[in-house]
Amino acid sequence: MVAHLGCIWQELLKWNGWGYNDSKFIFNKKGQAEFTGKRYRLGGMVLPTFKEWIEKTFGASLEHKTTSRASLNVNDVPPSIVNEEFLQDLRATKISYSQDAEDRVFRAHGHCLHEIFVLREGMFKRIPDIVVWPVCHEDVVKIVELACKHNLCIIPFGGGTSVSSALECPEEEKRTIVSLDTSQMNRILWIDEKNLTACVEAGIVGQDLEKQLAESGFCTGHEPDSMEFSSLGGWVATRASGMKKNIYGNIEDLVIHIKMVTPRGIVEKNCQVPRMSTGPDIHHFIMGSEGTLGVVTEVTIKIRPVPEYQKYGSVVFPNFERGVACLREVAKQRCAPASIRLVDNAQFQFGHALKPQVASIFTSFLDGLKKFYITKFKGFDPNILCVATLLFEGDREKVLQHEKQVYDIATKFGGLAAGEDNGQRGYMLTFVIAYIRDLGLDYYVIGESFETSVPWDRVLDLCRNVKERIVRECKEKGVQFAPLSTCRVTQTYDAGACVYFYFAFNYRGISDPIHVYEQIERAAREEILANGGSLSHHHGVGKLRKRWMKESISDVGLGMLRSVKEYVDPNNIFGNKNLL
Amino acid sequence: MTAVSHSFFICSQQKELTSKKRDEFEDILEERRLSSDLRYAMKCYTPVIYKGLSPCKPNAIKSAVLQSEQVQYVIKQLAKEMGESPDIIQEEAMEILDEMGHSMQLGAVRFFAFTLSKIFKQLFQRVCVNEEGMQRLQHAIQEHPVVLLPSHRSYVDFLMLSYLLYTYDLALPVIAAGIDFLGMKIVGELLRRAGAFFMRRSFGGNRLYWAVFSEYVKTMLRSGYAPIEFFLEGTRSRTAKTLTPKFGLLSIVMEPFLKREVFDTYLVPISISYERILEESLYAYELLGVPKPKESTSGLLKARRILSDNFGTIHIYVGQPVSLRTLASGRINRCPYNLVPRHLPQKPSEDIQEFVSDVAYKMELLQIENMVLSPWVLVAAILLQNLPAMDFELLIEKTLWLKGLTQTFGGFIEWPDNLCARKAVLSGLTLHANIARLVDGHVVLNDKGLEDGAVGEIVFKRALAILMCATYRNQLLNVFVRPSLVAVALQMTRSFRKEEVYSCFSFLRDVFSDEFIFFPGISLKDFEEGCFLLTKCDAIQTSQQEIYPTDKGSVIVSFLSAMFKPFVEGYQLIFRYLSKETKEAFTEKQLIPGVRNFVFQLLEKGNTQCYEALSSDMQKNALAALVQLGAVKKKKIVETLLWDPATKFLNSLAGCFCLPLPFGFQSFSQGFDKQREQSCLFLIEGLLCVLE
Repeated sequence: MVAHLGCIWQELLKWNGWGYNDSKFIFNKKGQAEFTGKRYRLGGMVLPTFKEWIEKTFGASLEHKTTSRASLNVNDVPPSIVNEEFLQDLRATKISYSQDAEDRVFRAHGHCLHEIFVLREGMFKRIPDIVVWPVCHEDVVKIVELACKHNLCIIPFGGGTSVSSALECPEEEKRTIVSLDTSQMNRILWIDEKNLTACVEAGIVGQDLEKQLAESGFCTGHEPDSMEFSSLGGWVATRASGMKKNIYGNIEDLVIHIKMVTPRGIVEKNCQVPRMSTGPDIHHFIMGSEGTLGVVTEVTIKIRPVPEYQKYGSVVFPNFERGVACLREVAKQRCAPASIRLVDNAQFQFGHALKPQVASIFTSFLDGLKKFYITKFKGFDPNILCVATLLFEGDREKVLQHEKQVYDIATKFGGLAAGEDNGQRGYMLTFVIAYIRDLGLDYYVIGESFETSVPWDRVLDLCRNVKERIVRECKEKGVQFAPLSTCRVTQTYDAGACVYFYFAFNYRGISDPIHVYEQIERAAREEILANGGSLSHHHGVGKLRKRWMKESISDVGLGMLRSVKEYVDPNNIFGNKNLL
Repeated sequence: MTAVSHSFFICSQQKELTSKKRDEFEDILEERRLSSDLRYAMKCYTPVIYKGLSPCKPNAIKSAVLQSEQVQYVIKQLAKEMGESPDIIQEEAMEILDEMGHSMQLGAVRFFAFTLSKIFKQLFQRVCVNEEGMQRLQHAIQEHPVVLLPSHRSYVDFLMLSYLLYTYDLALPVIAAGIDFLGMKIVGELLRRAGAFFMRRSFGGNRLYWAVFSEYVKTMLRSGYAPIEFFLEGTRSRTAKTLTPKFGLLSIVMEPFLKREVFDTYLVPISISYERILEESLYAYELLGVPKPKESTSGLLKARRILSDNFGTIHIYVGQPVSLRTLASGRINRCPYNLVPRHLPQKPSEDIQEFVSDVAYKMELLQIENMVLSPWVLVAAILLQNLPAMDFELLIEKTLWLKGLTQTFGGFIEWPDNLCARKAVLSGLTLHANIARLVDGHVVLNDKGLEDGAVGEIVFKRALAILMCATYRNQLLNVFVRPSLVAVALQMTRSFRKEEVYSCFSFLRDVFSDEFIFFPGISLKDFEEGCFLLTKCDAIQTSQQEIYPTDKGSVIVSFLSAMFKPFVEGYQLIFRYLSKETKEAFTEKQLIPGVRNFVFQLLEKGNTQCYEALSSDMQKNALAALVQLGAVKKKKIVETLLWDPATKFLNSLAGCFCLPLPFGFQSFSQGFDKQREQSCLFLIEGLLCVLE
């Protein structure tokens, strides 16, 4: 068997949870929370208040622990069924592949709660039969040709960070399922400094792309929360959005050219231009197609010089309503910094609980003083106030100017500047939240995030109603402890905002927590739709949210998408059953 | 409407039917009789309020309404259309608000608390409240905006309800009142300070008024400012029979939830029943066409003399708060408000209108279900079937019998365990001495002055007494209507075939759709419920295909159909009048005196005994039914509504009333007496008259 390349990356990552093996939350011998590893700023730090927060928020206790099985039980894994003729043809192409159980299970899932739960306690009914690692566009062409010839099902796999059940293999799929792992197509093919574009293979993951571009002094500025692990091709396939979209734009604004291999052949444009009027933009059939039409192999993407200066910031508001009004005003004046987010009170307290032990008495004294100033002097109620976190980017002078403009607006809405540190911690939370879920799972706490986009005038109503709905559904479904139900306004646009929810609860005393969880998540989505929110702002539809597609885009709309699928892939080679 | 949604509404109704367990009552006047009213009025009042409420003054609400996007939008629209300055229209809006807005003040509330304590103690023996209901209401008020939906039988209703909430330290409601109250000097303003806000009687065409009014109500609701109280029936029921609901205000208070401006809204059905209604004789006069006195302060003062009278007990049953969200779940899921900015005035979609109507009917049915029936109600029902005089002992026996039957049908009778029937009937007779009295071991109607008056006078006096008595019997009707219409249908169709009985039932249900409260569109369910109840009391037996009256059941069946006979006959008379006496289009103002004279003459000649056909309420309901059936058409010509009897009736009626013609109608089983057979014949004849 050909030695395959996917192993190295795979071995760094957890097989049954989020992220790197060496990075996780633990409770140390003193019973204090600690984050291990050196990859994150939080690494090696003790978080003195975190344990108390968990106990208080979820009613969880360190004494009640569940443990995941230690490693994959190879005997449970469904056998790999691949016909010999295909294998012969595949070997002839010299493309590396694997039928190893661990490799196949690793690519059988994304990071939805139920998927992680299955990894910890059960086994998927259907997983890929074989994993292939093409190293270039031509390899992909060959694989797709073979799949057509032998009537196989291909499921493209990028970073595996999907949260829409998009990577789950349809149980009823009888054909051999080929997981096409793009991770070895990870080169920057060229950089065009005159036009500020770069042509990149689609398998590259976000952090590598930025690192490599930075060597030449550039960046894409596309930073979804999953950017350490998610891939360029995955971004295109799901219509991803990045934290700093206010400066750099979302994926649809960044992409100049896409090459995609489909069962019908290769689809691409004939030039690399900023805009063209040639009928509906074919890029928009590809972006958000979620692996149902083909494999994105190469993308030309816009690049920018790495900004000279970055500055975090934060503003405290007396309440969420004032905060939203401020964000709306910032959006109206079109002066949003690279990122501006407003977290509600529960999330503010969450972030606060992740505050590392302070190094000196002086810092702790300062913290105390700040707290005193805000709560006693300014009269903010610590159980109502909320915080906006800011990230400014650009040349130093402009950043400072911009900062002043934003803080001035904030003042009009009763906001008080609350320092860089709070801002930075807010953004860190985004990267470590997924690790926190793994910790929760050890203590009967399950949770997930979900998102939507909504017009400005409905932001407050939607946030309040969805949170309330979650609390109520938990009660009705027999959840014994009050859930964590919190949100943040995470992106601003001219006409609306993107809202992100975290939802978690302690499931002790419930026999089928995943089922209960899914019912509640579904109710929350119904609530979002009833409040005028969208089915998804950037996570995509996958299989998790398919049932609402028709009402989201109308019968005719769905028919349009179906007819594209029928033309491009009549035999459903790309049979992951997402979206439609 | 979908089958699923129907079954939701019905399931919940049937469930309540089988597991009916009601709360205990407490007398709130007892405490009042023991301690100082003044201290009570001055007590420390710190009401339970909505959790999300940020307290504000009545004037702050008014300016919030004026500044709201909704009102500003309409102002700008109108300014553009009429070419006027928005300031002028804004001014107009301000005036509307000033006319409409309440200005609740604790001082006025305390004044009412004091005076009402005095008055209520004079008028009523007891005011009984289900305390559990008050506790549920207390929770509801804290949780979500609350809408109080009391039944409306008397002006006492809203005074009593506010008094009650004050007593229990709950947030006082703001109450939608008719603008006519403002005609009463001082009193109008006092009511305003006690939380009443005033709506004009009709403002359909006035967009500014509509915008200001609906925004005013919605602003108070959204902020959880106070519970909002209004009467689904729209006006006091003069007959004590629940009136068909009005939808306007209900659709306004439902909108904030449907637009998801609030998480949920609680609708609280409240049943207020009076052992003796304060306005009983006024109502009877009014029904007979002697006009209702205009609300005036001096009128109120004249009414003082009733203070010396005894009006028995009031029962207030505060129902389970109904979550609008629960009602809407699975029904309104197409997010009709997502594609238009929420502040634009938008005509509700058909779906929503249907939903509003269903909710309205559901709430009224809940009111009916919890309405307390006094023993006198049973007495009145029996008495009306046994005029002019009835043996006292027989009356007692029958009353006991009817009590059992009423309870089987789910009626809520307040009859203490240790109270013997004789005492119950006697105390009813004492309280209602103005209606009936005991003479030589017989109970007779109190239509005094019979001997010396002219014929017309006699008929009028008698009609008064009968209508007053009917007011009490009427309280039973909505409990009895389903089994009774099955009984009537059984007699009208000669067949035992379920299908035929059902189609007759269904027809009757349509004809009486304005007379009694039926949940829209569930004729079959109603039929099944009627059959179920008749089976439960052994009046009928049913098989897959057929319905048989039992031997034992004939008493019940004949009692039930006799109970509804005045309606069958009354409608028949009205139909006869319409088909014979009117050739051309007419207005309501012409119709009512016309029918009245027609019936009056028949009564004078002794050609009918149906005094209730004189009731303008019945006449209006019959007309509405005919409009719905397509027998009469409504036309609007120069601001006046005209009704046009249509010959097309034949076609539409033939469709829903495909029964064998009654000629050759045979008495088809034992237990059906001549009289009832006749009444069926009359009904069909009446209808056939219209067919011509």
